[in-house]
Amino acid sequence: MNKKPDKKDIAKAYGKYAKGFTPRPNYVGNCLKAFFTGGAICMIALWYQNTLQDTGLSEKDAGIFVTVTLVVIAQLLTGLGVFDVIAKFAGAGVIVPITGFANSMVAPALEYKREGPVLGVGANMFKVAGPVLVCGISSATIVGIIYWIIYRF
Amino acid sequence: MGYKKIGRQSVKFSQKPFITGRGNIVGEKEGQGPLGKCFDTVLEDDMYGEKSWEKAESKMLKGAMTKAVSRAGITFRDVDVMLSGDLLNQLMSSSFTARDMHIPFLGLYGACSTMTESLLIGCMLVDGGFAKHVLAGASSHFCTAERQFRMPVEHGNQRPPSAQWTATAAGAVVVSSEDAAGLCRQVKIRAESATVGKVIDAGIKDANQMGAAMAPAAVDTLLNHLEDTKRGIDYYDLVATGDLGYIGKDIMMDLLSDAGLDKNKVFSHYDDCGTMIFTKEQDVHGGGSGCGCSAAVFTGHLLRQMEKKKIKRLLLMSTGALLSTISPLQGESIPGIAHAVSLEVE
Repeated sequence: MNKKPDKKDIAKAYGKYAKGFTPRPNYVGNCLKAFFTGGAICMIALWYQNTLQDTGLSEKDAGIFVTVTLVVIAQLLTGLGVFDVIAKFAGAGVIVPITGFANSMVAPALEYKREGPVLGVGANMFKVAGPVLVCGISSATIVGIIYWIIYRF
Repeated sequence: MGYKKIGRQSVKFSQKPFITGRGNIVGEKEGQGPLGKCFDTVLEDDMYGEKSWEKAESKMLKGAMTKAVSRAGITFRDVDVMLSGDLLNQLMSSSFTARDMHIPFLGLYGACSTMTESLLIGCMLVDGGFAKHVLAGASSHFCTAERQFRMPVEHGNQRPPSAQWTATAAGAVVVSSEDAAGLCRQVKIRAESATVGKVIDAGIKDANQMGAAMAPAAVDTLLNHLEDTKRGIDYYDLVATGDLGYIGKDIMMDLLSDAGLDKNKVFSHYDDCGTMIFTKEQDVHGGGSGCGCSAAVFTGHLLRQMEKKKIKRLLLMSTGALLSTISPLQGESIPGIAHAVSLEVE
C-alpha cells in the first residue's frame, strides 16, 4: 500500500514546481554591476582621501572625512529619492559600503516622520540597520573572545 | 424562501442583484499602464494632497465610493451597508473612510481577495433581502503596503523577479436589488452565482512568491465553482483572477490543464488582473498585486467591457495571500484564498 505523501514533501515538490515558472535573477550581470559601481565608489573615495592627505591632513583624519562625506552623500540621495533607483541598478555595490548603512537609517526615518520625532523616527530609525548591528556586534564579541583565548594559550 | 446553496461551496442568487454603480481611482504608475484610460481618476501625486500615505489611501477609497454611488443614481443616505477592506492593520483605510460616511459599515479582511469578498457578501445581503443598496469596495496603496509588509520605500534594495508590485488603487461598486434610480440603462449587469473559497496552503514560504502561493487556491475555487454550477470554463467569456501575476498565471494555467481542462479553452478564457494593470516594461517584476489591483481592473476595465457587451459572462476571482507581518518570521507558510462571483449581462 502506498503511504500518503507527507505534507512537507508536497510543499517541497510544489516549491520546486513553482520555481520552474520563476525567472532567475541575472546573477553574473548583477555581480558585475555591483563590482564596478562598488569599485568606482571606493576608487573615488581613495582618490579623495589621497587629495586630502596631500593638503596636510593625517591619514586617520582624512579617512574619517571621507567616511563622513560618503554618508552625507548617501543620506542626501536617499532624501531626494534617488538612492533606491541607484541601488536597484548597483545592488551590493552601494549597499555593502557605508552608503548602504546611511540609506538604511535615513529611509525608515523618512518613512516614520508622520508618527512623530520620538515614537516614530526615534523608534524606527534602526528598524533596518538594528538587526544587522546587533548580529554584527554579537559575532564580533564572540570572535574577540575566541581570539583572546587563542592568544592567551 | 428557497434554499440558495448549490453544490459544495456555491450559491445561486434567485433575485440576481444588479451592479448599478462603479467607481475607481488609481495612482500615477497604474495610470501609465495599459488600462490607464479606463480609470475614472488617475492621481498625479500618490500622496493625493494628504499628510500620510494612509490618509491618501482613505481618500482614494472615498473618491471611488462617491463615484460609484453617484453612478448608481443614489445618495449615501440610500446605502444600507458599506462593505470594504484593505491591507493595513485593523483595516485602517476602510475604517477611516467609513468614519466620514455615516453609513453602517462592515470591515472585511481577505487580503487581496477583498474585492470579491465584499462583492460576494454584498450580493448575498441584497439577494437575501437584507439590504436594498450595498456599497462594496477595496483599496490598496503601494507605499502603505510596502512599509507594513516589506521595507521603507526609500530603502535601496533589489527586488527578486518574482516580487509583485502592490497597486495604488481603489475600486467600489454599488449592488442594488433593483435598478432603483430608474436610470434606463441599455445594459444591466447582474450577479448570478458565487463561490466562497477555502483556504489552501501549498507550503510556499517565500513572501516574494505570492503568485505561486495563491494559485492553488484559485484553481480549487474555480474547479469547485465549475463543478457546483455544472459548467465548463468556456461558459464564461472571461475568468479573471485577482493578482496572481505572471508567474501565478502560468502556474494556474498549467494546474488547470493538469486538472483536465482543455488547454486552448483555458488560454482563451482566462486572464489575470495583475498582468493586465501594468506592462512588464514598468519594472513591476511579477506583475501587480493588492486589493486595489482587482478592484480597479474590475471596476475600470472589466465592467466597462460588460457595459459594451464585449464580455457577457464574467467570473471574477480575486485572490488573497493570507500572511501576516509576523507569520513568515515564525516560519509559517503562506495560505491562499480565492472567492468567485459570476456576473452576466442582461
